[in-house]
Amino acid sequence: MTQRTSARDSVRELSTAVTGGIGESPRRPDGTLKVRGEFAYSSDLWHEDMLWGATLRSPHPHARILSIDLTEALRTPGVYAVLTHEDVPGENIYGLEHPDQPVLAVDRVRYQGESVALVAADHPETARRAVARIKVEYAELPPVTDMVAAAKGEGPPLHPDGNVVRHLKIRRGDPEATADVMVVGEYEIGMQDQAFLGPESGLAVPAEDGGVDLYVATQWLHVDQKQVANALGLPLEKVRLTLAGVGGAFGGREDLSMQVHACMLALHTGKPVKMVYNREESFFGHVHRHPAKLYYEHGATKDGRLVYVRAKIYLDGGAYTSSTPAVVANAATLGVGPYRVDNVAVDCWGVYTNNPPCGAMRGFGAVQAAFGYESQMDKLAERLGMDPVEIRVHNAIAEGDTMPTGQVIDSPAPVAELMRRLRRLPMPPENREEPVDIRDMPGGVSNTTHGEGVVRGVGYAVGIKNICFSEGFDDYSTARLRVQTVGGEPAALVHTAAAEVGQGLVTVKQQVVRSELGIERVTVAPMDTTVGNGGSTSASRQTYVTGGAVRKVCQTVRQRIFELAARKLGHGPDGLELAGGKVVDASGVVLADLVDVLGDDVVEETEVYRHRPTYRVDSETGQGNAHVQYGFAAHRAIVDVDTELGLVKVVQLDCVQDVGKAMNPQAVVGQIHGGSAQGLGLAVMEEIQVVDGKVRNPSFTDYLIPTILDMPPMTVDVLELADPHAPYGLRGVGEPPTISSTPAIVAAIRAATGNALPRVPVRPEHITGT
Amino acid sequence: MMDFLQPTSWSEALRIKSERPGAVPVAGGTDVMVELNFDHRRPEALLDLNRVAELAEWSEEDGRVRLGAGVPYARVITELGDELPGLAMASRTVGSPQIRNRGTVGGNLGAASPAGDSHPALLAADAVVEVASVRGTRMIPAAEFYTGVKRNALEPDELIAAIHLDVARGPQQFAKVGTRNAMVIAVCAFGLALHPEQQRVGTGIGSAAPTPRRASAAEEFLSGELTAAGLWSAPRPLTDSVRRRFGELVAQAASPIDDVRGSAAYRRHALAVLARRTLGWVWQDYCGGSWPACA
Repeated sequence: MTQRTSARDSVRELSTAVTGGIGESPRRPDGTLKVRGEFAYSSDLWHEDMLWGATLRSPHPHARILSIDLTEALRTPGVYAVLTHEDVPGENIYGLEHPDQPVLAVDRVRYQGESVALVAADHPETARRAVARIKVEYAELPPVTDMVAAAKGEGPPLHPDGNVVRHLKIRRGDPEATADVMVVGEYEIGMQDQAFLGPESGLAVPAEDGGVDLYVATQWLHVDQKQVANALGLPLEKVRLTLAGVGGAFGGREDLSMQVHACMLALHTGKPVKMVYNREESFFGHVHRHPAKLYYEHGATKDGRLVYVRAKIYLDGGAYTSSTPAVVANAATLGVGPYRVDNVAVDCWGVYTNNPPCGAMRGFGAVQAAFGYESQMDKLAERLGMDPVEIRVHNAIAEGDTMPTGQVIDSPAPVAELMRRLRRLPMPPENREEPVDIRDMPGGVSNTTHGEGVVRGVGYAVGIKNICFSEGFDDYSTARLRVQTVGGEPAALVHTAAAEVGQGLVTVKQQVVRSELGIERVTVAPMDTTVGNGGSTSASRQTYVTGGAVRKVCQTVRQRIFELAARKLGHGPDGLELAGGKVVDASGVVLADLVDVLGDDVVEETEVYRHRPTYRVDSETGQGNAHVQYGFAAHRAIVDVDTELGLVKVVQLDCVQDVGKAMNPQAVVGQIHGGSAQGLGLAVMEEIQVVDGKVRNPSFTDYLIPTILDMPPMTVDVLELADPHAPYGLRGVGEPPTISSTPAIVAAIRAATGNALPRVPVRPEHITGT
Repeated sequence: MMDFLQPTSWSEALRIKSERPGAVPVAGGTDVMVELNFDHRRPEALLDLNRVAELAEWSEEDGRVRLGAGVPYARVITELGDELPGLAMASRTVGSPQIRNRGTVGGNLGAASPAGDSHPALLAADAVVEVASVRGTRMIPAAEFYTGVKRNALEPDELIAAIHLDVARGPQQFAKVGTRNAMVIAVCAFGLALHPEQQRVGTGIGSAAPTPRRASAAEEFLSGELTAAGLWSAPRPLTDSVRRRFGELVAQAASPIDDVRGSAAYRRHALAVLARRTLGWVWQDYCGGSWPACA
């Protein structure tokens, strides 16, 4: 971190008596195991006598199922069960907010890869072969694949209420406003995949009480539990989930994949059942980022002040609802970006098609909109002969300003500051050293250029993201904390159901307890459903909400300890402090060791933390306080483009982001690196190519994600402008860097080539025109 | 069930292959195992050649290298960079370090994928493939080895023993287009070798036709231009028109398709660019005067 701005004084002064507290970067509790390759991921789960599950999926994007013949599959030696929709014990339906997806297809499939039947066998290969022996007779139907047509109500309805999942309008100011200059643009975003490295996997173990214990890699244990119990027809307490090692998530594990399937097979066979998708199946086993088409019109004064923004945004949700309503809300409410605009008319549609289902992915809705509005800002700057940084600074939103939804921003929104700082960061040297190292060239080790055709470009972008769940969702987390003496030392055990998916929440929970209670030895209990809901690991919310819950339970536990101390020391509970394993009075005099106060007592408390409420927006005007907090990041990209071959090397990618409070500075920078890389992937290579509803590249051979030769070193500048409404003043970190990375890189490619490049990912053909 | 056969000598490997022609040979497994994992094929047996020590050896005699079919790319890069520069450059573009440690040129030939990275370099350098069976040995020029998409000239009882190439007597280059800066399958690739002693140019095109192939008209054009102008013995910079024409002829030699990795039009365009650029690089090298025929 090159710069810091000190937190506001509303944040409680934190104890410095222990190491590994808030603001430090202690080692992750799971770090050594992961680095050494010894960490047990969900795909490593094993149980004596377990069976392997496999899934039969639809080869068609849209078809009626005429018949299913299980005979040959059931005859396969080693097969224990072959199940269809008729075997779903409870309701054959699931979904996050709007359940509409069958656990197993009944009489119709709506996307390629939809689950139709399940097999359990004593060997994974046997299970796969038995799946291949299930005979399904389909009558193919024409697929609905055009999102714009679907929004207009054209084509056959895929669900009872038609193909529009949600249409949200944002209306502010004068809808007929006119301006000195006007720029229009049409933009398109391809379907990005989360590309987590650990495929969907889990182990279901039938229990003696007729229930099931499920060990699974997920993002949200309690929402899984609710859906699984409903599909199994079991009460919640008979479906117990434990988080297995998660190899990345990025939104792709928010919906169910194999959870119900493995439990069905386990309950049916009475044996533990493991399911692991391979990479190809994984591409069909989870939702993706919504592809989008965006139509923008920006009006501005001659001196570059925005007068109006009008937009139509279409988001392809694929076959089922998943998170589409929330994606629509984000794209619409954040559709003009972090800019002051008095006159706004945004229409955003999320639709059903027979394309692969799309749902949560890092930055959802905001990523798509940002490519549109940032491309427009550059277009406007060019029209006016303005500098791209200047036009953004000129229109930047700030604390106290009003969003197009009417929501007043009531915490720091340092958009102009981010841009100014970005411009001040050092540039790479202009001249290359000779001879060139081809690894620094577009094309890298493939040896396509030694400098021929290479042109440099610079691009800027800034983005905005809502942090935490919005629109009136009851968004909370639960934390349980136990403090006792272990081996002569005070020790804390912190227990939540909030999923650690690699982001480092386990470390943050330890840090909060250390700082709040002055106890160094903090153990993180396995995450499971024996403690209350932790909410989803998404929307950049866990440090905010679960961090808030851990802080709250620390405060309760501290009060209990002071009460104990008061009894034992004859000192009133007021004015006591905990520091470095001691109980001290207000003047810092040590009154007792914490271990002596605790004795054999165990102090255990559970608390629930909610962030301040949000509200639904008006469906006709979009007005309302939908969001709890906004996050901002800005990028500068410097690219070298081989203009003859259309290949790109991102030379430098710098980011400035306000995080309110860097709870764990190393983890913060890691999130910014990772988010920027994911945005780079969307800019220049990552796309699930779908033609007529079918995926053409379900493999890491042809779905490319950036390597170390694609992702450049970064300068990251972290600001800490505290949000007075948030625990410790913190601001969610994970998503904002994904949002501005993509448009900054494309802006740089445009600067190098002069091409319009209205679509991401940018392919070589878009640059060469061939 | 699949048998896993592990001969420890070349003669035993050939005997097994003659008895079990359906056995699929595997060395690094970087192609075969992918096909098995995707369930694209289910051979009755795998013939593991990793224990046949002589396959992983190379030797040089009278200016010619005999490269054992089981020598991994990593060793081609570190041990043969001077002798076989084109093949070493192509090897550098193969996959990741792990893949280069396992994958072999013999395996690339066995798979005969049009996108195999070594093929354009082998074609440009006039490589000859030594194949063997219990019936004896055949020498097949690379240009005749590729017979169709993922098909080659091997008989069912034959195995690839080695690849024979001259120690480079002129500059060689290899370039490949992919949409990622490392670890990428070719959208198209091009290999170029100058053979000054024969006053001839060798080329190879990858990933832009059903098989790897030479750009014969381009070779003839450029060889003719160089010879006619006396440039082999007295090299001077090439004109833009020669380089451009060479690029066009290379592009014309391709028969690309539109697929998930790129369009046919882009492949043709990119091949012309690669041909022009690699020609620039080899000719600059040749003009440097360090090659015997040039002195």
